Amino acid sequence: MSETVMDRVAKATPTRVARRIKGLSDRAIAWIFVAPTIFLLLAVNIFPLIWTIRLSFTNFKANRPNLDVKWIGLRNYERILTDSDIWITMQATAHFVFWTLFFEVLLGFALAWLINRKFRGNDLWTTIIVLPMMLSPAVVGNFWTFLYQPQIGLFNYAISFVTGIDPTSFSMIGDVALAPWSIVIVDTWMWTPFVMLICLAGLRSIPDTIYEAAECDRASAWRQFWTITVPMVLPFLMLAVLFRGIENFKMFDLVVQLTGGGPGSTTELTSINLKREAFEKWRTGYSSAYAIILFVTVFGLASIYVKALNKVKER
Amino acid sequence: MSSFSVTEPSIQQKWIAGTLVIGYALITLLPLVWILATGFKSSPDSIAYPPKVTFQPSLEGYVNLFTTQMRQTPQYLAEHPPGTWYEEIVHNKGMVIAGPSRFGERFMNSVIIGFGSTFLSVFLGTLAAYAFSRYRIPLKDDLLFFILSTRMMPPIAVAIPIFLMFRSLGLSDTHLGMILLYTAVNLSLSVWLLKGFIDEIPREYEEAALIDGYTRFQAFYKVVLPQAATGIASTAIFCLIFSWNEYAFAVLLTSGTAQTAPPFIPTIIGVGGQDWPAVAAGATLFLVPVMVFTILLRKHLLRGITFGAVRK
Amino acid sequence: MKTHHLWAATALTAATGLAATGARADDLTLCWAAWDPANALIELSKDFEQKTGNTMSFEFVPWPNFADRMLNELNSGGQLCDLMIGDSQWIGLGAEAGHYIKLNDFFEANGITMDDFIPATVTGYAEWPKGTPNYWALPAFGDVVGWTYRKDWFERPELQAEFKEKYGRDLTAPETLDELMEVAKFFQNREIDGKTVYGAAIYTERGSEGITMGVTNALYNYGFEYSNPEKPYDLEGFVNSPEAAKGLEFYKELYDCCTPPGSSDWYMSEDIDAYKSGQVALQMNFAFIWPGVNADPNVGGDKSGYFANPAGPNGHFAQLGGQGISVVSYTDSPEAALDYIKWFAQPEIQKKWWELGGYSALNAVVEDPGFATSQPYAQTFLDSMAIVKDFWAEPSYASLLLAMQDRVHKYVIAGEGTAQGALDGLVEDWNEVFEDEGKI
Repeated sequence: MSETVMDRVAKATPTRVARRIKGLSDRAIAWIFVAPTIFLLLAVNIFPLIWTIRLSFTNFKANRPNLDVKWIGLRNYERILTDSDIWITMQATAHFVFWTLFFEVLLGFALAWLINRKFRGNDLWTTIIVLPMMLSPAVVGNFWTFLYQPQIGLFNYAISFVTGIDPTSFSMIGDVALAPWSIVIVDTWMWTPFVMLICLAGLRSIPDTIYEAAECDRASAWRQFWTITVPMVLPFLMLAVLFRGIENFKMFDLVVQLTGGGPGSTTELTSINLKREAFEKWRTGYSSAYAIILFVTVFGLASIYVKALNKVKER
Repeated sequence: MSSFSVTEPSIQQKWIAGTLVIGYALITLLPLVWILATGFKSSPDSIAYPPKVTFQPSLEGYVNLFTTQMRQTPQYLAEHPPGTWYEEIVHNKGMVIAGPSRFGERFMNSVIIGFGSTFLSVFLGTLAAYAFSRYRIPLKDDLLFFILSTRMMPPIAVAIPIFLMFRSLGLSDTHLGMILLYTAVNLSLSVWLLKGFIDEIPREYEEAALIDGYTRFQAFYKVVLPQAATGIASTAIFCLIFSWNEYAFAVLLTSGTAQTAPPFIPTIIGVGGQDWPAVAAGATLFLVPVMVFTILLRKHLLRGITFGAVRK
Repeated sequence: MKTHHLWAATALTAATGLAATGARADDLTLCWAAWDPANALIELSKDFEQKTGNTMSFEFVPWPNFADRMLNELNSGGQLCDLMIGDSQWIGLGAEAGHYIKLNDFFEANGITMDDFIPATVTGYAEWPKGTPNYWALPAFGDVVGWTYRKDWFERPELQAEFKEKYGRDLTAPETLDELMEVAKFFQNREIDGKTVYGAAIYTERGSEGITMGVTNALYNYGFEYSNPEKPYDLEGFVNSPEAAKGLEFYKELYDCCTPPGSSDWYMSEDIDAYKSGQVALQMNFAFIWPGVNADPNVGGDKSGYFANPAGPNGHFAQLGGQGISVVSYTDSPEAALDYIKWFAQPEIQKKWWELGGYSALNAVVEDPGFATSQPYAQTFLDSMAIVKDFWAEPSYASLLLAMQDRVHKYVIAGEGTAQGALDGLVEDWNEVFEDEGKI
């Protein structure tokens, strides 16, 4: 469809033009333009990836250059997949990813829907809501530990103001039961705006004529919402979920500053666990295998999801 | 958007929606306001119970942020009266200023690495995006997908081989190393965003230029670039914000010379105990530029977020 | 190990050519933790700058990030630090991975002998392998876990009377761990001057080394041993003996009954804060804080007292802290760095170091007749240094430490499983590390 006259012109003219004006050929320009990007990405992504795969079959330790490096086959993979601690970590990650997505989608969609009522000054307030997601998660996460302190923290005080619970009686990041929620709250605060913006784009992409037609058919507002709004926004919403899902699966900076993985290992997400293995225990070979497993997991889940997404889009 | 359609919400609806959204916005703003306020509190006020909403403003946090201090005997303090207002603040706590802190350096590192990598990733990204948009490149879709997929790796996983590579190349803890790394991370986004923007520029413009006797390169430089300026600017903002906020690579690959502010700010502690006003002061100086940017450039930014996402 | 010989040679030439100080001015960077003693060291080092013409820069990292950042720096072969006051447990890695220069030849050439330093600090901070005369650092800062208590509260007659009635003894600094628990329980949730106070601030931090540095003070005294004294790396039955499990249970009970709410991730600075703001009666902390406590306007002077870690049913030990100063082998100016150590080792500089708040490990300083009475905490420091025990200093210490952090934090703070189970798991983890290392 996009193969228009323009394309045909582009195919035909430039080569002739280029030959006439003794400049570089199109082909050369194309490669000169693309090469630096490809080179940099190869050097910083693909080459390291191959290296990681290689290391994952060894017992290499990056902090011990004088030790012999042994080829140990699939042993690292075996160890990781049979280690029960890793599964606890995975569960913590799943809890985090699921609930952040749940709240962000709920709040994000609701906000987008409200903003789309086009009240006065909506774009300014949208910008204010967006502020948290623009900020450095590490710096903000660090400050949230202060807000979460029993007694002196604003969060505990606010909760006590609303509910009457004694602010010293609970500690969001110190309590085993509350800590997993403390990270969900901050992530929701930071990233709801992202889901909101994408939903807003979805809502604004719905042509008014569809609603007008529904109005003529005397469809109720409720019905319009479920038969027009939701299905039309769904592909957008699913995209937002994809992006947030991948990001939160990789989550490191915010949570490492908030809880550092504690108490016990209740909030030790996979990235934090991997960091401890790779850069504190320096089990480089082992953590390389770990990294590969994570990569395959994200990639696999994302591909399945994208397939589902395409199906929704086709409908 | 036609504002006279039947779908225009009623005044009442607008009121309710407005109230709810503003309510949410105010709650969401509260932690940020608290950071701002804490920066101007004195140490005892910052940890007062219940939290203090009104307080005597103090610049103690900012003074602590920019200086290192040391405890001195009352005798020494009596012999060395403070000369300036900031020395006086420190003096009143029974301490003297031992020297400047590292905050200035770290902040500058953030600026250098942020702008350096933004320039590079936008520069390279524009070239690549142009080529992807206008030329037939073998395996184009695969290459584009590959570029995008590089963002799926958790940074910690990527950091393992990068750490080894930087160590053997001598790039650990250098500005150049961090600039190259952030450039590579930003490139995927930058290529995708810019390709979208350039796709929107009609090809006729270039073709006209070519017929006028411009070379391909001149046509790119004199026709396409000015047209894509807005897109390039908003891409640049995204790259800058990413580099500015990045923490995982910075904490693992930098230590003294090239450390940026995000890994540094959480480690600001005073003499005995975390000095929250100083942390808040550092956070304020670090976050406020981004907030101002966001509010001033909201049109481009918000469009960029959805554009980037929805395109893919 | 080629570089070692090279550096040893440099060390020697540097040592012989020491007379020519100031011939070339270098800029040295010294890396240490960000804490009170570090600021004192800046002050002390001005003398070195004056005498040699070298300039000193400092890179101080807060404790929770210290090991992480500095080991990362060493492991990446970074040239940030010329001199490193690295934690005692790093010495094995520093020696075996070639991060530190070996100092034996340098010591010999300059008449520095380890006999002049407190023996526990030489073993703890300088030797690798332990018990052999191979030195990789000069003891720089002696440190040990001890306790601070609110003497002014202990001296209140009404509290003394109530305590005596309840426990049948005087309210004084505890001498056993059980007494410590009683005192902590006594103060927990008590109203003092209109404020609710708590028993004790103890180490519970998870991310770096906090809870390990705290819990060992109970474990050692209940009978925990790192390994079979007869057979190195034989852990079973020593690390996880029933006595050791009792020690771990003690620490959990102390955490559960007698600490301030929200103290689930506390280390040195949080403990200091809690103590200085009058929240707790007892504070576990390294001795380095004592000069600061003594000088504090709220709790300083007569209001605070100090005591060594109390004895337990099966021993009397205290967790060793402190550091030695080493020359990083990636430095560009090894001569100037060694000059610094030579300067630092002089008795008059060590004396001044103590006066500024640095715990000198030099015998000449601590054995001086005036030492014990020079500061209110000096005697406690000496008593504590006499009973120290340290964590593993193996090259793989980080793996050993993190395993212990995880196991102990899970049991003590998160309340998962049993004490015996936690220590059994620890044996498993440690055995795995030693297997990987080829030690067993």
